[in-house]
Order: sequence, then C-alpha cells, then structure tokens
Amino acid sequence: MPLLDIKNLSVEFTTRAGTFRAVDGIDLTVDEGEVVGIVGESGSGKSVTSLAVMGLLGSNGRVVADRMMFGGRDLLTMPAAQRRKITGKDVAMVFQEPMTSLNPCFTVGFQIMETLRVHEGLSGKALRNRAIALLEQVGIPAPETRLSAFPHQLSGGMNQRVMIAIAIACNPRLLVADEPTTALDVTIQKQILDLLVQLQRERGMALILITHDMGVVAETAQRVVVMYAGQVAETRPVQSLFERPRHPYTGALLDALPERALGKRRLPTIPGMVPGIADRPAGCLFSPRCRFADARCRAERPALFDVDDGRARCFYPLPDGHLAAGEAL
Amino acid sequence: MTIQTEPHIFEASAGNSVVLEARDLRKHYAVKRGAFKPMATVKALDGVSFRLQAGKTLAVVGESGCGKSTLARSVTMIEPPSSGELLYDGREVVGRSAAEMKELRRTVQMVFQNPYGSLNPRKTVGSILTEPLVINTAMDKHERRDRAVAMMGKVGLRPDQVDRYPHMFSGGQRQRIAIARALMLNPRVVVADEPVSALDVSIQAQVLNLMMDLQEELNLAYLFISHDLSVVRHIADSLMVMYLGKPVEHGAKDVVFSRPRHPYTRILLAATPRVNPDLRLDRVVPKGELPSPLNPPPGCSFHKRCPFATERCSAEVPPLRTVDERLVACHYAEQMD
Repeated sequence: MPLLDIKNLSVEFTTRAGTFRAVDGIDLTVDEGEVVGIVGESGSGKSVTSLAVMGLLGSNGRVVADRMMFGGRDLLTMPAAQRRKITGKDVAMVFQEPMTSLNPCFTVGFQIMETLRVHEGLSGKALRNRAIALLEQVGIPAPETRLSAFPHQLSGGMNQRVMIAIAIACNPRLLVADEPTTALDVTIQKQILDLLVQLQRERGMALILITHDMGVVAETAQRVVVMYAGQVAETRPVQSLFERPRHPYTGALLDALPERALGKRRLPTIPGMVPGIADRPAGCLFSPRCRFADARCRAERPALFDVDDGRARCFYPLPDGHLAAGEAL
Repeated sequence: MTIQTEPHIFEASAGNSVVLEARDLRKHYAVKRGAFKPMATVKALDGVSFRLQAGKTLAVVGESGCGKSTLARSVTMIEPPSSGELLYDGREVVGRSAAEMKELRRTVQMVFQNPYGSLNPRKTVGSILTEPLVINTAMDKHERRDRAVAMMGKVGLRPDQVDRYPHMFSGGQRQRIAIARALMLNPRVVVADEPVSALDVSIQAQVLNLMMDLQEELNLAYLFISHDLSVVRHIADSLMVMYLGKPVEHGAKDVVFSRPRHPYTRILLAATPRVNPDLRLDRVVPKGELPSPLNPPPGCSFHKRCPFATERCSAEVPPLRTVDERLVACHYAEQMD
C-alpha cells in the first residue's frame, strides 16, 4: 500500500470572476521512501496540489477527491483536530522563500522548539538538546549559538536549513518541498538538495519535490509527475521520462531547455500560453499549443493512458522520444 | 594591492568594433556597522576590465553579492564608479558634464529581471515606450507613437495592444515590452540583468530567441548578467565569472566551458543541475557560503570555500593572468585539468 494515495483530486477556488479549478482530477501516489518530483510551469497547479495534501488551503479553496489516504488513514473524513496532529508531524513541508516563511519576530531556536513542544511534548533541557541536534544534522555550524539567532541574522541558505530542521523535527514519513531552492544561488542550491536527499535516505522518508527546474528533478527524483494546467500530463520513472518523453508537452518543454540546444542558434519554443479561467479548450488542454494536435484532440479530452513504464494524457503519445518526431515536421 | 598601469583585458576576436570598454572599474561603498564603530568599506566592484564588441554578448556570471548588479549600475551610468575608466566608443564617461552624460546615456539601456516590477502599472504600453523619446528627442506626438508601434512589431507584440496596461500582459510579453523600451533610443549596448530568470522555461526560450534576433538585426552588444550557466552557454560569446567583486575567470565561452581553469568556475558548472546525465560533472561540492563582503578573507577571496586551497592561497592574492587562452586568477590554474 502506498504511503500517500490520492485519486481524482480537484481543487476549486471561488473568486468574484467565478469558480476556478486549479487542480483538475489528479492522481498521485507516493511510496514509503520514494522521491517523487512534480514539475510544471507557473499556474500548472503543482503548489495547490501540495497545499491540498498538507491541508493548508484557505477557506475559499474547495478540495474534492475520490480518495485521499495517508498511511492507511483517510484524510478526507478525518476531523480537523486529528488532521492537525498529522500535519507538521507525519507530513511536513518546506516552502520556497526561507526569508518569508520563518517568523521574523522569534528566534530560530524558538521556532524549532515550538514544533517539538506541540507534537512531541518535550520541554526543558531535552527540548533544547533536540533542537541543537537538529541544527547539527542540517549542517549549521555552531548550533548552540545559532538557537538564539533571528532569521534576519542568517543567510538565505542557512534559513532554508532551519526550515528543513523544523520540517524533519518530528521524523515525518513524508516531506513536501515546494521549490525549496528557487530563491537560492546554485552552489547553495546544490548543498540544500544534497542535504534533502541525504536526510531522505538516512530516514527512509518519502519526499515530494515540487519545482519548475527540469535539471533539479532529473538529478533528484526517482519518479516524475509533469503537470499542465491543473492536470497530470505525464508520469514516468525519471530516466525514461528524460530519455524518451511520450507526451508532446514534456517533449516540447525539454526541447526548450538551452542545455539541449547546444550548437543550435534558436531554441525550439512552445507557441501560445497556458489556458486561463476563461479560455479552456474543449478538448485536450494542450491541443492549442501542440503541433501534433488533430480534430480529435480539439474535441475530446484524453484520459491518462498507460504508456510503457508510466502514463501519459495523450491520444497520440510520441512514438520514440520527441527528437525524431520533432525533426520530421 | 598591486597597482597595474595597464589592466589585463581579455582580447576578444578581431573584426567588430569595441563599443564599450571598462578599465579597472572599482566601486567601493562606505557602510555603517554601528553607532560607535568606524565606517567599513564594501568593495562591491574591485578591479573589473573588459571590452565589449558590437554584435557580441559578454555574460557576467556569479552568485548574489559578487558585484554583478553593481557592475550593471556602473556601466549604465546610474552610479559613477569610485575609480577606473569607462569608455563608450572610445569616449571617456567619468568626469563629463551633465549634458554630455545625458547624451552618452542613450547609447546604453537596461532590461531588468522582474517584468512585473519594472513596468509602471499606471501607464499604457504606448506611454511606457514613448517616454524615452519625450525626454531625449524632439519628435512630435505622432512620430513618437509611430516609433512605438513599429517597435512593438519588432519585439513580437501586436500594434493594437499599444493602449493596454502592463497587467493585461503575461510575464513573457511584459519582458518583450521591457526590451522594446530599452531599444527605443537605438542604443548600442543593452545591459540585461537576469532578463529570463523570472520566466518559465518555454517563455524563457521565446525571449532568448527574440534577444538573439534583435542582436543580429541591430548589431547590439549585450552585457548579459545571469546566474544560469546553461542560458549563458546558449547566448554568450564570452564569459566573465565574478567572485566578491573581482573577475576570477574571463575568456571565450567555449574555452571556459570546455576547460574551466578556476576552481570556482568548475564548482559553478558542477552545481548547475543537468537534465542529461552525461553532461553532469563530478561533484565538486562547494564548502560553506559566500563570505561577507565587509570582511573578505585574506589572500585569494575564494580560498575558504575552495577544495584545492593551500597555504599560499590564504596569504597571497592571485593576480589575473593569461593561462590557456583565457584570463584566470588562481595560483594553480595550470594544474586544473
């Protein structure tokens, strides 16, 4: 049984302009100890998905799902008080902006100890020692003195380490990291990603890594979910996805990377934009931008079909990776 | 500190004319550390020299705090450098009168990182694009509008969008507006400070293509500031890697990318996440973080994070010198293979 098992999850927001479906019927499973990467461009619904998993959506967000199980417990029917006991303990989250997600008015020590006090009931010396041990684990030098530092006294990379220390404080079974390195420099990004993977391995915890950076997923995740306009476009093991993408969107995204265009002057682009609230196409959501789309794609919404070692939401999955098919046109 | 009479300048290929030259550019800021402490100096830019040719792109790469943005501010004459020379078409900039400066500023324009913050939300695209003309030219209203509409076509926006406001455009389209604004006065140099890092991958590709097309058409010189080495590898002709206000490696793109000679360049290359596993380099994981520019370490400013550092590195500042077709500031550049 997977650790996290979500079937047909949708999230709708009620706005003055009408109801907007940010996440549209996604399935997501994460096994114990697995690293799953969720990639997508802005507005693809990847962050909303993670907030729905955490139960952190605001009151205007409506979560509907056929099934939402964590460790065998049903998150949908669970009373709020019980859900809060899971959030921050068994499922923890690291956010994008370490500078804004820590409270500037409290020391980092207080913020780490707060989690331990609430979920583990620790106090006094034991509490302090755990906090010091945690800071040590995430690679912060001189942890005893750092406990009394405020977030503004630390660098972005150090603050992200503090965030990770808070997240792993209660030995979570699942860690959700939403763009954990986007605000950081490349060398610091490398350090933080290495730290996350090392902690994941040591503790056997599952990790959902949400990012827009294809390189980060390719180097970190075991399985990748590509999202487009609130839906899952493709989900595959990492290696085969990057070697042989089957969904035209994945193929086009990979082609647009400068890394893949060595020697070429022009980068291949994806025409048009992600559909908004008002201009959702009747058929496949990617059809207006897809160079392979035909009448069927424009009229009918494709389901997620099985393709070799994963699934792709396309009537005509790319036969042999994108390059051959792309060059033929 | 050694004083050089003739600063080292990386000589790019012959042919194109040099439009911008910087010689030993320095910018030092005095900062307060506390009420009773003496003022300290931050050497945000500490001896940068380069030549930029028409139609070419020089990429400046480094982490936050390395002086990239200070360099952009000096080059665009937003702030005068503390010392050093800046020449546009061979004309010295520092020490000119206000009127002459205004004239010189037209030759260099800037595109900023965040297209959501760099466009005035209360102005239409038309008035954003014509403002430089109002300030700098004697054109009448109709001429200005015609120029704005023509420029919109050039950057791939529809002319009928001229009366729209920035919020009605997507991020990629806004960056097109920002590029159009920068080109209104026919500059010869465009300084682009992280122009695509706020954009999604597919939009990033569109904007990079546009910038390369415009460069070819208008023979523009780009000073392209970025932290993304795969973007730089795509767009640049030459590359300058900076660390704590100083260039550590400077040379032609292919030379630096294929055989990096400074440990910091190697670390940056290795830290860049790659999709293709064959392109991933051996993990030289950087130690620690950027030291405070208020209190840089003695000797080589990189030695505390460098996996190859020796005692010599903590005592002696490595000069910028030519090794294997590029300039590099490392005592052991020859051994870095």
